[in-house]
Amino acid sequence: MELLELREVCKTYHLGELDLQVLKGVSLSVAKGELVALMGASGSGKSTLMNILGCLDRLSSGEYWLDGQEVSDASANERARLRNRLIGFVFQSFNLLARTSALDNVSMPLTYGTEFVSEDEMKARAVEMLRKVGLADRMHHQPSQLSGGQQQRVAIARSLINRPRLLLADEPTGNLDSRTSEEILQMFRDLNEKEGLTVILVTHDPEVARHAKRTIRIRDGLIAGGPEIKREEIQK
Amino acid sequence: MRAYRTFKTAMRALRRNVMRAGLTTLGIVIGVAAVIAMMEIGNGSALAIQHTIATMGAYNLMVFPGNALMGGISTGTGGSMRLSPQDADAILTDCPSVTAAAPVVYARAQAIYNNLNWQPGSLLGTTPAFLEVRDWGDMAQGSSFTDRDVRNCSKVCVIGKTIVKMLFQDEPPVGKEIRLMNVNFKVVGVLKAKGANMMGSDQDDIILAPWTTIKYRVSAVSSTAATTAAATTTSVLPSQVYPPAPASLYSTPSSTQQADTPQPVRFANVNQIVVSARSAGEVQQAIEEITALLRERHHIRPNMPEDFTIRDMTEMVRTMSSTTELMTTLLLIVAAISLVVGGVGIMNIMLVSVTERTREIGLRMAVGAQSGDILHQFLMEAIVLCLIGGAIGIALGRATSVLVRLIKHWPTAVSVGAIIVAVAVSALVGVLFGFYPAWKASRLDPIDALRYE
Repeated sequence: MELLELREVCKTYHLGELDLQVLKGVSLSVAKGELVALMGASGSGKSTLMNILGCLDRLSSGEYWLDGQEVSDASANERARLRNRLIGFVFQSFNLLARTSALDNVSMPLTYGTEFVSEDEMKARAVEMLRKVGLADRMHHQPSQLSGGQQQRVAIARSLINRPRLLLADEPTGNLDSRTSEEILQMFRDLNEKEGLTVILVTHDPEVARHAKRTIRIRDGLIAGGPEIKREEIQK
Repeated sequence: MRAYRTFKTAMRALRRNVMRAGLTTLGIVIGVAAVIAMMEIGNGSALAIQHTIATMGAYNLMVFPGNALMGGISTGTGGSMRLSPQDADAILTDCPSVTAAAPVVYARAQAIYNNLNWQPGSLLGTTPAFLEVRDWGDMAQGSSFTDRDVRNCSKVCVIGKTIVKMLFQDEPPVGKEIRLMNVNFKVVGVLKAKGANMMGSDQDDIILAPWTTIKYRVSAVSSTAATTAAATTTSVLPSQVYPPAPASLYSTPSSTQQADTPQPVRFANVNQIVVSARSAGEVQQAIEEITALLRERHHIRPNMPEDFTIRDMTEMVRTMSSTTELMTTLLLIVAAISLVVGGVGIMNIMLVSVTERTREIGLRMAVGAQSGDILHQFLMEAIVLCLIGGAIGIALGRATSVLVRLIKHWPTAVSVGAIIVAVAVSALVGVLFGFYPAWKASRLDPIDALRYE
C-alpha cells in the first residue's frame, strides 16, 4: 500500500523577475514500510523535493497524496498539523534546543499536538523513546553534554514521539564520523525492519544510500534512473 | 490548557537564558521601580505641601455676622448681632465636613507688663478650638487655656512670639501676669512663631484669651464707656429718638453712676466664627452645610437674605489644587517616559532573540507548531518578562522609597494606585512591545528558518 505518492509535481520559485523551475514534473511513490534513499547532487532539487515530501513547502502544480489524503492544497496551519501527526524529521545539524534536557527536547513536539497529553504521559513517552534509542541513562543531559551521535539519537527519539508514519532524515550523518554514522544508519534500518516505519534518507553520499532498499535519484528537477516503478507506469 | 502549555514553554525558554532574560527585563524593572518610588516620594511631598498650605489656613472658613439694616442705613458686615457661640458648637456637631469651629470676639486694648506696654495687633477672645482651626496646636511654652477657662471666664491668656519680645524681652513669660484694660491676665502659654501671613501682617502679634473673659471683662468695659454699636442698638436709641420717654419705673442712672457701676448687657454675640473644613475639596460643601444650618438656627425665611456671610480662602485653595495637579502631571510624564523606554528595551532584545532563535522557531514549526503557537509563545515570553520585571520593580521602588524616608527623612506615602497602574502598564508594555517580535517570529518560513545560520 502506498504511503505517499507524487504525481507530476512541479515547483517554481519566483525570484523577482526570474522564474526558477526547480522541480519539473516529479512523480514517485513510496510504499508503507519502505526504506528509501533520495539522492542527488546539490542544486538538483533534492532539498526542494524533501521540503515538499515533509509538507514544509507547497507545490506549484501536481498532486501529493500522503496517507490517503491529498495535501497539495493544505494551508500552512493544516500542513503544520500534518507534520505534527504524520512526519518525523531528523536533521543534519540535529537542531536540538540548547540548554534543554534530552527529555524536554524529546517531548517538545507533544506540546503542539492537537490532543492534550498530560505532563506525566509526556514524560513517560519521552522516556520510552529515549530508551528505544539507547539513551535511557542520559535523559537529563543537555545537548552540549552529549556527543554528536548521542545528539542525533535524541533527535531521532524526538522525531518518533508522535508515532509518525514517515521519518524524513535530511543528511542525518552529515555531521558524524563514519563509525557513528554506521550506528545511526543501523538504527534507521532497525526502525524500518522491526517497526515497519517508512524512512526516507535524503543524502548525496552513496555510502549512506547503500543502506536503503531503494534509491531514488534526482537530477535537474527530474527523477533519473533507479528502480522507478511509478515513472515507468506513467510513461506507458 | 493551551495557554498553560504556552506559559510552560515560555518559562522553559526564559529559563534557558536567565542572564539575557534578566537584562531584557532590566528596563522594565528600572521603569517600574522609578514609577513606584517617584509616586511614593511625590505623593509624600504633595501631602507635605498640602499640609503646609493647610497650616496657612487654606481650609479655613470665616463666618461673619451680616449686614443689619436700620432705618435704611446699612451697618455693613458685622452689624448684625445674631452670631452666637452656640452657632459655633452647632456647626461643629451638625456639619460633617467641618473638623473644628471656634467663636471669635475682637477687642482692642493696651497690654502692660511692668514698665513696658504694647498695643497687640490682635486681641482675640475665643475657645481652644481656635488653635485647632488655625493649625497652631503645638505651643512653644506652657499650654493653651481650656474650655473650662472659657466657661469660668478665667483671666488667662496665650500670647504670640512678638508679644513675648515686646513685653517680656528675656524673661520667661509663662506664669506672669499682663494687664489688659486694668484686668490682670495670667500668661499660660506661648504660641509657636508663625510669621507674617500672605498680606504681610504679623501673625505672632496676638493675644488669645477665653472669649467670655474678653467679652465680659475687657470689651464690656470699653463698650459701656464708649457706647458701641451693641449698646446703641438695644435700649438707648429709641428713648433718645422719641422723647418724651414713658415714665420709667426705675430711676435712670446718671452717666456718672453708669461709669461707676458698670452693668454690662450680657450679649452673647460674637464677631466671627472660624471654621476648618476637612479638606480642600470639602470647603464648598462645608459652606453649603453651614449656610443651611445657620439659616435654620436664625429662622431666616426662604428668599430672605442671610444675616451672616461666609468667606473662604479661594486663592489659597486654588494654589493648592494647582500645585497638586502639577506634581501629579509631572510624575505621570516621567513615569510614562521611563516605561516606554523600558518597553523599547524589551522589544529590542526580543527582536534580537527572535533572530538568534530562528532555527529553534524553524524546528518548532517543523515538528508541528502553527504560526499562532509561535506568536503566543513569544508574546507570552514578553508578558512574563514584563510582569516579573514589574514585580521586581515594585519591590525595588518600595525599597527605594523606604530608604529615602529612613535616610533623607522625606515624607513618603504608599500609593496602591501606582502599584496597580505599574502592574497593568508593564503587562500592557509586554503585549505592545512584545507583539512585533512575536509576529515577526510567527511569519518565518520553516524552511528558511531551519536553514538559517
